[in-house]
Amino acid sequence: MAKRTIMTEKEISLSIEKISGDILKKNPDLKNLVLIGIVTRGVCLANRLAKEISKKKNINLPVGSLDITFYRDDVDSIARQPLAKETKIPFDLTSKKIILVDDVLFTGRSIRAALDEIMDFARPKSVQLAVLIDRGHRELPIQADFVGKTIKTNYSDQIQVQLKEVDGVDRVTYEVKK
Amino acid sequence: MKLKNKDLLGLEYLSKDEIQLILDTAVPFKKLFTRSIKKVPTLRGKTVVLLFYEPSTRTRVSFELAAKRLSADTVNIATASSSVQKGESLIDTGKTLEAMKADFVVIRHSMSGAAHVLARNISSSVINAGDGSHEHPTQGLLDIFTIREKKGKIEGLKVVIVGDITHSRVARSNIWGLTKLGADVTVCGPSTLIPKDIQKTGVNVSYDIDTAIKDADVINVLRIQLERQRENLFPSLREYTLLYGLNQYRIKKARKDVLILHPGPMNRGIEITSDVADSSQAVINEQVTNGIAIRMAVLYLLAGAENKTV
Repeated sequence: MAKRTIMTEKEISLSIEKISGDILKKNPDLKNLVLIGIVTRGVCLANRLAKEISKKKNINLPVGSLDITFYRDDVDSIARQPLAKETKIPFDLTSKKIILVDDVLFTGRSIRAALDEIMDFARPKSVQLAVLIDRGHRELPIQADFVGKTIKTNYSDQIQVQLKEVDGVDRVTYEVKK
Repeated sequence: MKLKNKDLLGLEYLSKDEIQLILDTAVPFKKLFTRSIKKVPTLRGKTVVLLFYEPSTRTRVSFELAAKRLSADTVNIATASSSVQKGESLIDTGKTLEAMKADFVVIRHSMSGAAHVLARNISSSVINAGDGSHEHPTQGLLDIFTIREKKGKIEGLKVVIVGDITHSRVARSNIWGLTKLGADVTVCGPSTLIPKDIQKTGVNVSYDIDTAIKDADVINVLRIQLERQRENLFPSLREYTLLYGLNQYRIKKARKDVLILHPGPMNRGIEITSDVADSSQAVINEQVTNGIAIRMAVLYLLAGAENKTV
């Protein structure tokens, strides 16, 4: 079956607006709030959320990037060894309220890896999770605090998030795979 | 992209792409060293055995730290107090370690080809940490990594390797790696310490250090193995120092931005003077730091290598 678009540029930007509003509602005190995106597209989304929040509240929240390659649980079973990119967190995470940002929430394993890596940096006050898409099929007890769009999928289906910063276009596509 | 073989035996057997993959993978590992927790859980539950039949401090400690920073467990075998003293063969020692489910065996041995023998006989990944005068691949990789980090590239660079080329596994690994990546390599030393057919590997030969280093981008100074002098391969240490030792006077005539490497341990005052070794052009301590990152990259990539069966 062909790919179909399930989110357009407009819908993605509306989602960012909605998520940033939800973040502000749940965290009225912006002191100690930081955004950390999971490499690669989570970082783009974290930057967009920060921009949206600065528009609304005139405050620039710190944004960091997290590469979870070294924390994966499938080092010797994946098809290829992914080349790690950079983890860049240029601020102390101790006692911070972290908003962890990723594009798609699926099995929950990436989030488990991200949480482990964050704990190796410091002991944050709390971690909340924001994702653009929740597609179900969790294999770990992990849930998102902020979701752009929830969709029902089969395990083998493919969801692809494309963002301007990396792919030159804003779009989410869905492909049924057998 | 991944490595083809389960073992790392030498740079001779790696493709240009594989060498580049190892160098690129080492970059993010090096960034971990500035964190307060320098350890990642990547190889948790794996076992790395360090089997050293020859003395070594930096290579052994470097491999051990690399393994530990990846959360692998390490076991050191000092052959002086092991069954090797009871006459156990290399293959039997290897088979024993394999039976104990060692995932990696890092071996240093005075016999060229020892790592190959082990690799052929056991299913664990074998990493050559120096075999006789053959190869020392991780040293070659860390030298190349250091050069690339400082100069931004390898291709087209003029690299001079000075010293006992014949007996140097460090030289051999550097030559294989650097020529594959497109560097212009010159070996320099007394004719008795340079193999007759070395040009076949694609390097230039020079017997005069001043001409060789005149427009070099990089000088890699090898340790003079003092035991060689007893074989009368050069008349005296004093003469070697006079003709081939790297000192401030020689460096003044070289390029201002020349990079100076030494694999250690140094014989200060013999192949290199202290003022040169401690100068800003020397990156000898950085080589040591980079060595851990390179060895982490090698362990990580071999854990996911293609050909896992013997």
